[in-house]
Amino acid sequence: MNSKFLVYTLKRFGMAILTIFLVIAITFFVMHAIPASPFSSEKAKSDAVIKALEAKYGFDKPVGIQFLNYLWNALHFDFGLSTSRVGFTVTTLIMNAFGYSASIGLSAALIAILLGVLLGCIAALNRGKWPDKIIQIVTTALVSVPSFVIATLLLLLFSFKLGWLPSMGGQPGGMILPIVSLSLYPMAYITRLQRSSMLDVLGADYIRTARAKGLTANKVIYKHALKNALSPVITYAGPMMAYILTGSMVVENIFSVPGLGRLFTNSMLTTDYMMIMGVTIFLAAIIILMNFLSDVLYKVMDPRIDLA
Amino acid sequence: MQNEKTPFKNPFSLQIDPELFKPATEEEKAQKVQTRESVSFMKDALRRLFHNRMAVACIIVIVVVALIAFIVPGFYPYSYTDQNVTGKYLSPFQYSEGEQALIASGVSVFPHIMGTDALGRDYAIRVIYGTRISLLVGIFSALIVVIIGIIYGSISGYFGGRVDNIMMRIVDIIYALPDVLIVILLSVAIKDIVSTSRNALITRLGAGMVSIFIVFGLLYWVSMARQVRGQILSIKEQEYVLASRSIGASPARIIRKHMIPNCVSVIIIVAAMQIPSAIFTESFLSFLGLGVSIPMPSLGSLASDARAGLNSYPFLLIFPSLSIFLIVLSFNLLGNGLRDAFDPKLRS
Repeated sequence: MNSKFLVYTLKRFGMAILTIFLVIAITFFVMHAIPASPFSSEKAKSDAVIKALEAKYGFDKPVGIQFLNYLWNALHFDFGLSTSRVGFTVTTLIMNAFGYSASIGLSAALIAILLGVLLGCIAALNRGKWPDKIIQIVTTALVSVPSFVIATLLLLLFSFKLGWLPSMGGQPGGMILPIVSLSLYPMAYITRLQRSSMLDVLGADYIRTARAKGLTANKVIYKHALKNALSPVITYAGPMMAYILTGSMVVENIFSVPGLGRLFTNSMLTTDYMMIMGVTIFLAAIIILMNFLSDVLYKVMDPRIDLA
Repeated sequence: MQNEKTPFKNPFSLQIDPELFKPATEEEKAQKVQTRESVSFMKDALRRLFHNRMAVACIIVIVVVALIAFIVPGFYPYSYTDQNVTGKYLSPFQYSEGEQALIASGVSVFPHIMGTDALGRDYAIRVIYGTRISLLVGIFSALIVVIIGIIYGSISGYFGGRVDNIMMRIVDIIYALPDVLIVILLSVAIKDIVSTSRNALITRLGAGMVSIFIVFGLLYWVSMARQVRGQILSIKEQEYVLASRSIGASPARIIRKHMIPNCVSVIIIVAAMQIPSAIFTESFLSFLGLGVSIPMPSLGSLASDARAGLNSYPFLLIFPSLSIFLIVLSFNLLGNGLRDAFDPKLRS
């Protein structure tokens, strides 16, 4: 069993590494397919200046060599120099921004999981009654609203109309709205997952057995049902991270948070290719590693799952 | 000794009664004719779908929205590019000074149902065009996913063995790629290519649309392929497939005639789930400025533009948001309805 688990983990890890490599390759070659060089869009420069710039950033070598260089550097967490903010390496800029995104993203994920599991259980235990109905309606509505609509509506309501919360991420309490806007969709999604898996579990034989041997309702729910109903939620951890990280691109812009998402959209505006590549690879690596972790955790939680 | 009517009964004979082997009379045949219409799976599922009140309501909403989006621009008095310098940021049903003068002189002016935007363009027609873009993206993406997913999944499932193994490894790898990031990356790249492209169609569609379709063609079909393959794997073992093969049907024919019809429910469910996610992705890209090219509006870019005067003109945000909410909600609920109606496992 243990060696089987180890093999599974290693296999998944190899897959994750392969995927990250693929993302680097895709990112590199897609960005190299762009006809315009990052320097052509700025003010007219003499050929000599452009040559010198290209030599400085290593754009004058053959594509294959450039790719190997880029790959080697990326493995050492070096994504080159930013072309829009002179004097900064992409890595420094990413690290500076990452703190904001990480604190928002992790808080949003935590809120989504805790509230989602709680609401899902409430709905499942009150199946067909009014709490279930209200939760179902609200979550169905929430998974139909894009992150930018939620964020802008929250901004309009809570900062402009009611004036309760600041509109900028830098002000005290300014992180509340970004966190809430990022957590609502995953929370609704987790609620629905948790509700249906809880209903499945509650209908299982071992729950009836647990009840039959006289356990209290609380013990049955917390010790038997909840533990087993959590595994589908764990598989959603990877996609949730992807949603939160990409969602942060719009949410950080709306609330002016200087995080990764804003860094990325700014580098799109300034056509800072090195930065776009660096941030894409960084975000993709986080998402892929989260997927890996949730796969392994899923296996730990539910050993019955057939190992593929 | 023997009775002439009944033949001799050998103790070892099967004792068959020849009466049973007489041709049936017309009357007896008539009794066997089915009086009730046979119910195919499709009919049964559709009947269940139409008994679901929520699903029917969603279908009605989608049809009405689609009709408005595709017919109204044909006769609407304003176009999405018409600018009115004196009529910036008009509230719904408000008229600009020029229009008030016209009304005073007895000319009837069509009201701005949703007001006008920062450039004095009629907002209702822009929201309608944006809705049209969203619907088109949703439907075409679903089509792409259906076509590629079915072909890939059925080949993989039918041939099995090593072919299946290799094809499914590829699917696994694609499945692990963070799709939204790749869409954004591609749209950034394609935006540059589009801006230099001479192809009229590509320029009109815009970077976001082209890259969405490319990415759906490259990445999003994997869940469809997986589902179809799983279905095919189980159908492959059925007797009627063996029968068909034994009388010499080609793999293409078996896939087309026996397997795909049996995968219809899976295909419909996955395709229906694909539509809202495509609409989400498109509006997200447009919000980031990577979607359709200006001046063509999209619900995402309308919402993004509305941020400029959000405090004073919230209706500029509310209308496109409502539209996208309505579409995505209806498709989501319809998807649930389709799943309930078409999933044989849920049948009671």
